[in-house]
Amino acid sequence: MANFTPVSAAIGGGLIGLSAALLMLLTGRIAGVSGIFGGCLGLGMSDKGWRIAFIAGLILAPLIASLIGFVVPSPQMRVSWSVIIVAGLLVGFGARLGGGCTSGHGICGIARLSVRSITATAIFMFTAIVVVALTRHVHAG
Amino acid sequence: MLVIAALICGFIFGLGLLISGMVQPTKVLGFLDIFGAWDPSLAVVMLAALVVSGLGFGLAKRRERPILARQSFLPTKIAIDRPLVIGSALFGIGWGLVGLCPGPALENLATLSPRVIAFVITMTGGMALHDFWQKHQLKIRYARTLATAGDG
Repeated sequence: MANFTPVSAAIGGGLIGLSAALLMLLTGRIAGVSGIFGGCLGLGMSDKGWRIAFIAGLILAPLIASLIGFVVPSPQMRVSWSVIIVAGLLVGFGARLGGGCTSGHGICGIARLSVRSITATAIFMFTAIVVVALTRHVHAG
Repeated sequence: MLVIAALICGFIFGLGLLISGMVQPTKVLGFLDIFGAWDPSLAVVMLAALVVSGLGFGLAKRRERPILARQSFLPTKIAIDRPLVIGSALFGIGWGLVGLCPGPALENLATLSPRVIAFVITMTGGMALHDFWQKHQLKIRYARTLATAGDG
């Protein structure tokens, strides 16, 4: 557990929870990123403004943090382009079909004690752990 | 006001992902790699997020309506159905392949990493594909209902 960073994880997690709590208290919406972003795609939907604003805030965070001296890490993705393309398709399609992702099901859903969200989180954690085990320990070794 | 509130919430969410290190795909994969050098950080992130959001949702429940909206938009589905199971399984496979889920993927657009941009484009494609397919399914179902109604 050499890479374990419990303090920054707790602070960051607390902020994510605060964001979800505020969005619910202020706007009555669930802070599920795939749902918010997915809702931007449909044509003719009327409530796109707040969705686009939320995504904009998300992208602005590292930009403003870097302005005040926070070091924003460059994302490490040590996989081929074809894996990136397949993974992107699976994440997008899967999140829409399953009705949510790590934020919507994993945080907001579980916080509301939704059985659907607890089930969804258990399933995507399980398949992700299996994939990492296969790619890092079986295939590689 | 709704737009400003959402912008601030997105910003706080982004700060949370950034400070917790969850914008880094290798950090997320470190959590998913339970047979390797396991990094439990993501579990702490989720736990802290659950405690704070749980408290907030508790407060929200006591109110008649949200501060800036006429009503809440809570999910109404309760059944554990096939789309939930299959969708979540597919989502997990993609997540495990690169360590990116929608929040960190969109936030990482700020770094202009070509790999992240490619991921977000295909992720958007996957979402659009799903929505298109679902609309098509609905049309078929509607046509079938009409056909059987005609038979009767």
